[in-house]
Parts: sequence; structure tokens; C-alpha cells
Amino acid sequence: MNYETVIGLEVHAELKTNTKIYCGCINEFGGEPNTHTCPICSGMPGTLPVLNKRVVDFAIKAGLAMNCSITQYSKQDRKNYFYPDLPKAYQISQFDLPLCQNGYVDIVVNGETKRIGITRIHIEEDAGKLVHDDYANCSIADYNRCGVPLIEIVSEPDLRSPEEAHVFLETLKTILEYTEVSDCKMQEGSLRCDVNLSLRPEGQKEFGTRCEMKNINSFRAAVRSMEYEQKRQTEVLSNGGIINQETRRWDDVKGESIVMRTKEDAQDYRYFPEPDLLPMIISDEWIEEIRSTIPELPEQRKSRYISEFGLPEYDAFLLTSSKKTADYFDETVSLGASPKAVSNWMMGDIAKFINDKELEAGDIPFAPAQLKALIDLIEKGTISNSAAKKVLAEMFAQPEEPEKIVERLGLSQVSDEGALMAMVQEVLAQNPQSIVDYKAGKDRALGFLMGQIMRVSKGKANPQVINQMLKEALDKA
Amino acid sequence: MNISKEEVLHVAKLARLKFTDAEAEALAKDMESIIGFANKLNELDTEGVVPTAHAIPMHNAFREDVVTPSYDREAMLQNAPSKEDGGYTVPKVVE
Repeated sequence: MNYETVIGLEVHAELKTNTKIYCGCINEFGGEPNTHTCPICSGMPGTLPVLNKRVVDFAIKAGLAMNCSITQYSKQDRKNYFYPDLPKAYQISQFDLPLCQNGYVDIVVNGETKRIGITRIHIEEDAGKLVHDDYANCSIADYNRCGVPLIEIVSEPDLRSPEEAHVFLETLKTILEYTEVSDCKMQEGSLRCDVNLSLRPEGQKEFGTRCEMKNINSFRAAVRSMEYEQKRQTEVLSNGGIINQETRRWDDVKGESIVMRTKEDAQDYRYFPEPDLLPMIISDEWIEEIRSTIPELPEQRKSRYISEFGLPEYDAFLLTSSKKTADYFDETVSLGASPKAVSNWMMGDIAKFINDKELEAGDIPFAPAQLKALIDLIEKGTISNSAAKKVLAEMFAQPEEPEKIVERLGLSQVSDEGALMAMVQEVLAQNPQSIVDYKAGKDRALGFLMGQIMRVSKGKANPQVINQMLKEALDKA
Repeated sequence: MNISKEEVLHVAKLARLKFTDAEAEALAKDMESIIGFANKLNELDTEGVVPTAHAIPMHNAFREDVVTPSYDREAMLQNAPSKEDGGYTVPKVVE
């Protein structure tokens, strides 16, 4: 039997606020353990939380960018559980009145647009970090991350393959970056996700029993865990077995997931309205004020690149898939560089350097003005395309103006006609047979002679100029 | 309202409390009367009444997103029963 895969995701994004959600401690990754804490975020008895307004602003902004309706009467709730990374023994979250509901995000998979429903987006606080000490059989708790603001984005079970889920995650990440509510640094854990996956026989309407996967630390791990779970459930069902609803822990090193808890011992969170915090009333004016701060989103920007600059769809997609990259592109173009040339450099050699050096997309070590200067040098004929590649490599190595690099490495093209003519004559004198071949209609001879002249000039001859000169000289010979 | 001993033990487990059978049975009786008392509210007609999110009729108490200094780590840790490397040592729980 063939099975259809059904996936829903829960994505947690840390918000880029200055301070934590309920106290004025700095919201900053890292820091010595327990140096970003106070009695509120470390859960001392008798303290009271006060909600950071920007957290509400950011959640609404993300919600609007994902086409949600904003809950105008919203509240926070207590989710109770014991775990040493949560000093209060409860997490303040939202239960039945999340700030944003019923939205959607359009994703493009294999050239086709698909709409994925967003069930809800709510605000909550992050927990601390535990460092396990195997030797002493204890853990050391660091509460710096306690109270860092999060939004949890819950998708509808609209995704039908790990690939679709991957594109959805990338699309969410781009929207969060563009709206500047999260910096989405995967390696710092500021974007994390839980996966719900089930299978159902093809054509069946009802969903099958789902399993939830936790401890997924990268998009790659998310995709691997989904592929693993797809395979596991297919095997169980094909052998006549049944899927038990359970929570599984993904082990990325072993590439497998193991049962963490079954339905029988599912957590009983006993949510109740948070008595220490007041409800929120979100006015129409407030919503409109936030709506006006939403920048051009990736989809719109992509369309603009296609219509305004005539870029191919694929190029426009790649350039806009990271805000930093798109901003860099726009800035270089606004300085007067040709959009096509900028796009070619950014998607070609620059992208390659970024990959090789494992930098984040758009982390280009030189300014847009310097990229423009490099493109100008090619267009003016000062350097050849291949010399420009060498200059670019230098620009990645250390900050230096492209003109200075050209000078330092002696990469200027020779366009001086007298000097070039001497080289042409020299090469022709050394290769009489090639002249005969050329006259006999062998085009290869022209390429050979061009190559010889480039060699004599140490690659610095302007190819357009010598091509012309060589043809003229051959006609006369 | 009937509360079984098992329900008492479930709630006790969630609260990390331990009771003997005799204690649990006595608590079942107490909880019956407490919940029975709260259940009296169900006798009211609440048709058309919005659920109460908070007992105080106020809303939108916010703080501006301005950093205030965190506490000194030594001060934070001074009541910790056990500490190590600038952190609170806790029993190892791996879920």
C-alpha cells in the first residue's frame, strides 16, 4: 500500500528584543553563566513579571507578515511542569487566546505555489540551559536564557513531504529575518522546531496517528528526522503494526529517534490564566501602526527583481532568500552598478567564497561600493574578467580597495595599441605555419594565435583589442 | 463530586508530593468538599458571559524594552544549596 505523509511543524523563534520578556535583563546570546539574571528571570519567590511591550509588537508583526488575524483580547497562561532549566516550575505561555491566529504562508516547491496554514502564533518565555556533568552525575544550570522572549509558530498539518517542510522552514526564516523580529541564528539556537508526522493510506481522509519529534537543532536535522520517521512508520504499517502516539527524541549523531514518552505518560500541564499578568487589548490603531512598519517581504522583492531588473526567477529567488544578501544587492545597484553584473557576481564567485568560508549568507567582508568599483574596472576595460576573479579573492582575504589590488598585483590590461601591436607582430613572426593555416580557413589557428599573444602579455592584453588587431594583421599578411 | 484515591495520587505526583494511603484517603474527602464548593459556581447561568481572564479589571500593563543591570552572580547564587562553575548544581535529569 502507498502512504501519504502528513507533517505539521511547531517553530520556536527567539525575538530580537533588547531585554527579556518579563524583566530588564539583557537579551543576549552567550555570556558567562548566570550573569544575565535577576530575581525575576531566575524565579525567586515574591517577584512579579512585567511584560515587555516590544515582545507584543514583534509577535503581531510576525503574525501580520504571515497573514494572521490578531486576537484583540489576548492573555497569558501558566504551563506547569518540573524541569531544572525552568526555575519557576512553570512557563508563562499562551493557551486559548494566542496573539495571532488563522494565517498562512505561501511556499514554492518545484515551481508550484502551495499555501500552508498557520494555526497560531503565541508568545512565551524560553528556559535556561543545562550542562550535564557525567562525572559528578549532576547538571549545572545556567539561567541566562531564562525569560528570553519566544514566539511559537504552529502550522496546520498541510505539509506532505520532508521537502515541503524544509521549504516551509526556509520561508518562515526569511520572513522572520525580513521583519527583523528574530535574527534566526541557527547555531545559537534562536530558531528551533518540533515535528509532527503521520502517515495515512493514499486517498484516506482521516489523519493517521502522529508522532512528535523533539530535540531538532537544524533544518538539516529536521529533514533527516522526518525522512527517518517516514520510513519507520511505513515499515510498522506495512507489517500490519499500529503507530502509537508518542514523543520521540531525535539523535542527530546516530541518525535515529527513540521514544521519549508515550501517550500514557504524556505531560499534564494544567494550564491556567496567569494571575501575575493582565490581559492585553490590542486596538485597531496599534495593529495598523505595526502593519506600517512591515517592509517589502521576500515574495514582493523577488517580483520586483524580475520586473524591474529583468533577472531570471531563480536568480531573483536566491538573491532574496536572505535579507542581508538582498540588501547588499539593492545597495550596490543603487550606487549605479548594472543589476545583471551585480547579480552574476553575487550568485557566482561571491556565493562560492561564502560557501567555502562557511559564512552566513550575505556576510560579505567588503562594502557594496567596493563591489561596484570592481565591476567598474571590468566595464572600463582596466582588468579582464579573469583578473577580476583574482581581485575578488584578495578582497575576501583582506580589506583593500580593488584599484589598489589591481596595482599591487599588476593586473591592468594592456590596451595601448603600440605595445599590443608589437606583441601581435612578435607572435606572427614566430608562427608562420599558423598564418598559412588561417588563410586555409582553419579557425583553430586564430584561437591558437590569440592564446600565444595572451601568454606573451602574461594575460594582461585586452582580448577585444588584440582580437581585432590580430584579424587585421592576418588579412594583411 | 467523587474524588478517588487514584486522582489524589495523580495530583500528588504532579506536585511531587508523596502520601501514605491513609493520607490520600483523607485528602480525597477534603478535595471532594473543596471541589464541591467550587462547583457551586456551575449552578449559575453564565450564558453570554465572557470568561474572566483576570480578577482585576485592568489591561495592558507593559514595560519599555530598556536594559537594566542584571544582578551580581555571587549575589544570585548565594542561596543556592549547591553551586559549581558559576551555575546552580541540580540533579541530573535527562529527558
